[in-house]
Amino acid sequence: MFKKLRNIGDCGIVCDFGDEVNQEINSSVIKLFHHIKKEVLQGNLNGILNYTPSYNKLIISFDLEKIKSSKIIDFLKSVDFSKLNLTYNSKKWTIPICYDFELDLEDISKTLKINRDEIINFHLNTNFFVYMVGFIPGHPFMGDLNSKLFLNRLKTPRVKIPAGSVGIVEKFCNIYPYESPGGWNIIGRTPFKLFDKKNESNPCFLAPGDTIKFKSITKDEFEKLQNE
Amino acid sequence: MNNNFFEVLRPGINTTFQDKGRFHMQHLGVTPGGCMDLASFLIANALVGNTPSEGVLEFAYQGPLLKLIEGRTKIAITGTVIFQIIKKNHQVVNGECNRTYILEKGDQIDILATKHSAYGYMALEGGFDIKPFCKSVSVLVKAQIGANEGKKIKLNDRINIKLDIKNKKNTATKVPSNNKNIIRVLEGPQFSYFSKESQKDFFSKEYKISNLTDRMGMRLEGIALKNIVNTNIRSEGITKGAIQVPADGQPIILLTDYPTIGGYPKIANISSVDYNLLIQKTPGEKIFFQLIKLHEAEQLYKEQLNNISEIIKNIKEIN
Repeated sequence: MFKKLRNIGDCGIVCDFGDEVNQEINSSVIKLFHHIKKEVLQGNLNGILNYTPSYNKLIISFDLEKIKSSKIIDFLKSVDFSKLNLTYNSKKWTIPICYDFELDLEDISKTLKINRDEIINFHLNTNFFVYMVGFIPGHPFMGDLNSKLFLNRLKTPRVKIPAGSVGIVEKFCNIYPYESPGGWNIIGRTPFKLFDKKNESNPCFLAPGDTIKFKSITKDEFEKLQNE
Repeated sequence: MNNNFFEVLRPGINTTFQDKGRFHMQHLGVTPGGCMDLASFLIANALVGNTPSEGVLEFAYQGPLLKLIEGRTKIAITGTVIFQIIKKNHQVVNGECNRTYILEKGDQIDILATKHSAYGYMALEGGFDIKPFCKSVSVLVKAQIGANEGKKIKLNDRINIKLDIKNKKNTATKVPSNNKNIIRVLEGPQFSYFSKESQKDFFSKEYKISNLTDRMGMRLEGIALKNIVNTNIRSEGITKGAIQVPADGQPIILLTDYPTIGGYPKIANISSVDYNLLIQKTPGEKIFFQLIKLHEAEQLYKEQLNNISEIIKNIKEIN
């Protein structure tokens, strides 16, 4: 259940679930997200344009010409959280990763004093939960990594990181959907396309609330999958 | 289907297809995008008799030079724009905004510059023959999605036209100009993160629009705002017009192509009523922020939409 509701500008509302970042709170955010998405796509709440979950907040934006914030706030206050279902729309995925494309495993190993194979095993054995997708199309923020892998961002972010690179920071793991600058510690690369504009009906396969396990593949398998 | 098309003889600085934007996808990282100046976009489509959802060409500063290779079409240019129509016989007609022109095969439209403003629009009767992505033609250059493979138009591109000309009468309307430099805002979610003095400064000192301004954001230069709580927050969803303040204290206004989530505290949010006014400001111009309440913002926006409807209702045939 959210703790606070407030307006952002004149065409946004934030549902604030508190300051903690954990899967339980994020699950509540995502339950509400699925519920609103369903209502909007069914044609109720006409005028709501977007619903963006993050770790501990859901932000709703709307067309001020079609709907007023007071109507949305009334709706939000009437939501019965005990009846919302998280598994409603969440999917399970296995994502292939080739650790040979790492950029930082040696440095991580030195910093954490854990050997390379152990780092990889920690990563492979994590059941990841997608907290949110965003910043750019298809970019997932997943958690939670074992606290032994706690790392800060790189002091100097890289100017270019190849598409598909898998990075870790704090208890989170991400995948870069496009070649882009970035400051995460890169431990491998996936051949999966996170955002495929050729697949218009479903361009982004990962959604907030999905769960993920990584599967280690070789360079040959990586190339085969990438060419598919 | 027909074979009517323009050829791009000069693409301009940032010429893209835009409509109202692409919604219900922000949770996947896809920003809504769409036209920067909704009023100019709506008027352009209305002048040529299109529905408000039709895609148009948006240009910034220097616009494109287009030659009609095949067919006949009717166009309208909106915003505050200097342009010419170069007839096939080399006769040059100086263009006026907010009216239509009929182009014949071989004519060129030369959009020279936006005047004291940033964005202008060109609509076409019946629309451009372009392919939408997820129900919108709006081009997001960073993600390479939207019409034209998600790219700006470039030299020698072919721009296809959906229809042959139907209505041969020209139309025009009057659009009042607005040069105010006071931008009305609402308090942001982290307003209280800033010192009392900075809260006062924000609403009293001038801020200059810097060169680092594009469809995604507008960086301002002015008195630094002091954050007394935390210069980073947990990343959260962004709304259009959010004014975020990173550690250096210089505000950045997130515009139409905003990143979908962000982790900087937000001191304020641009009101919908003044969004079009803001985005038409150019680097070097100075603005002031004025705080308004939600009910005022809602009322003012309603009045503005009524004014736009009036402008559209007053579209008249001309000779």
